Amino acid sequence: MQPDKPGRRQILKGLTAGAIVLAAPLRTARAAPAAGKVTPDLIEAAKKEGKAVWYTAVDLPVAERIAKSFEAKYPGIDMRVERSGGERIFQRVGQEYASNIHAVDVLHSSDAAHFIVWKRDGIFAPYVPEDVALHYPMEQRDPDGLFASWRVWLSVIGYNTKLVKAADAPKSFADLLDPKWMGKIVKGHPGYSGTIMTATFQISRDLGWEYFEKLSRQKVMQVQSSADPPKKLALGERAVMADGNEYNLFQLKEKGEPVEIVYPTEGTPLIIGPSGVPKDAPHPNAARLLQSYLFSAEAQQLMVDFGGLRSFHAQVKDKPGRKPLREIKLMKDDPAAVEKNADEIKAHYSKYFKV
Amino acid sequence: MALRASTSRFDPSGAVFALFAAALFVLVVVPIGWLAVFAFSARAGGPTLANFRLLFTDRTFIDPLVTTFVLAVSSSLICCLVAAPMGWLVSRSDMPLRRAVRFLVMASFVTPPFLGAIAWELLAAPNSGLLNQLHRASTGRDDALFDVYTLTGLIFVVSCYTFPYVFVLVANALDRIPSDLEDASAMLGGGAWRTARRVTIPLALPALAAGALVAFLQAMTLFGAPGILALPAGFHTMTTKIWSLFQYPPKPELAAAASLPLLVVTVVLLRAQSAVLGRRGYAVVGGRGGQPRSVGLGPLRWPALGLCLAILSLPVFLPYAALLNAAFSRIPSELLTFGGFTLDHVRFVFLELSATRLALKNTLVLALLAATLGSLLALVISWLSARAAVRGHRLLTFLATAPLAIPAIAMGVGLFLAYTRGPVVLYGTLWILLLAYVTIQLPAAYQQLHAAFQALSPEMEEASRILGASRLRTLRDVTAPLLGPSLIATWCFVFVAVVRELSAAAILFTSETKVLSVLIFDLNESGDLAAIAVLGLTMLVLTSTVIGIANLVPGLGGAEPGLRRM
Repeated sequence: MQPDKPGRRQILKGLTAGAIVLAAPLRTARAAPAAGKVTPDLIEAAKKEGKAVWYTAVDLPVAERIAKSFEAKYPGIDMRVERSGGERIFQRVGQEYASNIHAVDVLHSSDAAHFIVWKRDGIFAPYVPEDVALHYPMEQRDPDGLFASWRVWLSVIGYNTKLVKAADAPKSFADLLDPKWMGKIVKGHPGYSGTIMTATFQISRDLGWEYFEKLSRQKVMQVQSSADPPKKLALGERAVMADGNEYNLFQLKEKGEPVEIVYPTEGTPLIIGPSGVPKDAPHPNAARLLQSYLFSAEAQQLMVDFGGLRSFHAQVKDKPGRKPLREIKLMKDDPAAVEKNADEIKAHYSKYFKV
Repeated sequence: MALRASTSRFDPSGAVFALFAAALFVLVVVPIGWLAVFAFSARAGGPTLANFRLLFTDRTFIDPLVTTFVLAVSSSLICCLVAAPMGWLVSRSDMPLRRAVRFLVMASFVTPPFLGAIAWELLAAPNSGLLNQLHRASTGRDDALFDVYTLTGLIFVVSCYTFPYVFVLVANALDRIPSDLEDASAMLGGGAWRTARRVTIPLALPALAAGALVAFLQAMTLFGAPGILALPAGFHTMTTKIWSLFQYPPKPELAAAASLPLLVVTVVLLRAQSAVLGRRGYAVVGGRGGQPRSVGLGPLRWPALGLCLAILSLPVFLPYAALLNAAFSRIPSELLTFGGFTLDHVRFVFLELSATRLALKNTLVLALLAATLGSLLALVISWLSARAAVRGHRLLTFLATAPLAIPAIAMGVGLFLAYTRGPVVLYGTLWILLLAYVTIQLPAAYQQLHAAFQALSPEMEEASRILGASRLRTLRDVTAPLLGPSLIATWCFVFVAVVRELSAAAILFTSETKVLSVLIFDLNESGDLAAIAVLGLTMLVLTSTVIGIANLVPGLGGAEPGLRRM
């Protein structure tokens, strides 16, 4: 790493320093609990429980792959993946907890703002996996040890290379407003997807709502999850995606599908998805074992290699051929502001896009 | 004769009435009561009309209302235009393969509308749709022939899966019209066509009107197909709007208020129907005359069949071909080739997708339980009412048919409001889904069995009573076996309806109580079309297997009525 160039971690540090600290209450933060080791006792207790339920917003094939690798590592524990968009997970947990239904063992959302609310509601138990204590930057850990940043990824522009020549491809968000893309764009929805919620906030903050107002006149195909626009590109259903997961495009591209990623010149929305263990987890030991596994170098490397995600774990290596984060101009994430403006963002959005 | 109040032995009719009245009260009145209470409540508590004011002044509510009206009217018209001639051809003409056509209509009934909608995405998405690709490849143009992501596309898909209701009503009515009236017309010199035009068709008109009404109500209250197609098309219907009101922060009072118009429209239309038609239509129908006469189509026999098959390709052949293609090809938008064949999606669904087993189990348990409970409940209630066996049986009849007027999504909202807080919390258990399913299906089950009772002479039951059996024992040992075939048909009907139900389930499920329809709906969120195709086909296999087994039950199977006859 060149000394005059900031490293990946430093960039992320600068970009996200405020985020999780803001999430903490203003009083002096308690010291986080001691690191939770994966002891034989924990494994034994988890096996006795025999089950772990994971609410997650990561795309289903990635989630199931991680679940299978966890089951292989700890035979006797059945994983149940409950995947949906981050905003729907938030709704689901809210509904279930309001009726005293405590089904979730480990909770992950693609909208970091949810963790501010959940922390305020006091639903998490303090638990810091050993890997988090040793290998994750301080600013990616909740000061009270309630959660940490499990994954990081981008919401990008993309196009189908069979339908669009590289020279004609959009380079920026502004390019998407060109009449030539009328009826050719697909995008996710902030009412379902935490990624799109976060991205919509960052774009509207940096480019103004006029951008979305103009984009909505482009006859955009509206889908729900941020995992869907990349799939619609691969199908050839639309030529360009205005937002959606970088990691799905990595996966598709490396499988040989005709898709390409564009990092918009205005900056690319940065998404950080934390993970935590609720204090009412029905399988508390399996929950802690799973949380530890999710943050382990093994699982994080799998998420990078198979899933196309990026990791805060110090020992995890980027996959060659993918553009490193430090070379990408990023938009600044700000979960506290998303939390404050969530309703307004949804209202603005449905005013322009009618759904 | 039926009411012999004082016999020396204890006859638990009073207790039976109380029990069933209480059960129906819980099933019907509780959720609807909560719906009404919430619709007129402010978020903070206290009565208000604000929810309705918002509903009828805010554009984001008015637009879906209008869209829903357009959708319901158009679908109803299309269903009648398609189903009436088909019903007539199948029932009253000498068209070949009539039974096969009935069977295929049945296949489109078994297909859940949300699955049909997804299949039509595969076929008619403007760019990746297989039909549009075919169109472009064959004409060299670069436009789209069909675009399923439009209101027209939605109307088309809804009609595909609603027309069986009209078809069944029309075909069954035509089946039952006795031949004597037609014979009379023929004897008086009317030709075959003239007889059809002057006698048969007018006699079938009430059934067609009833079909139009059912289609209208189905299209108005359907959630599945709009849930798939409306968002990409960029609009809401009332049902998708109601569903979106559960997004955070949930607005149950608005959802309740938005459900009430659907309920009111349904009640008004059903009242209007019975006021206009009354018994007029069916007074003639129902006699046991000779064989219905069939009209010779002559050289038009085969073209008529061709027309039927062409129509059936839209809800059945093309969608299932598209689902099969998606299930086994690498990318759903590619036509399956020898090299492109893959079992990856099947493996993913059955070996990796951890929700599959749970959803299959929940669906099967719920469908079996709901079909059994619903049929039994309907059996007893229709018996009590057909034989006027207890005081107040009219109240039971009313309660058993009342859910007809309650859209499934409104029922879902009502049950959610009733059972997510104390004293009884059922949310999060399979019970709340069971309640929803039994209640929603009760009217159809009741009506089928009630019709069966009316065709059954009370003599044999009287013989049993004279020989000393109690009423309940008579019901068990004499009446039920006689009703066997109808009972099986009713059971199958409820089973199928539960497996394909999404509207109420989408509101009532939790992660532990997920059913197959909800799992498919969730997979649609992230665009996992291949997995959906595999699960959809699994669903079809499951349904057909269970129906097949049910019809093999010794002594009861091999029967004609209801589903089997469709």
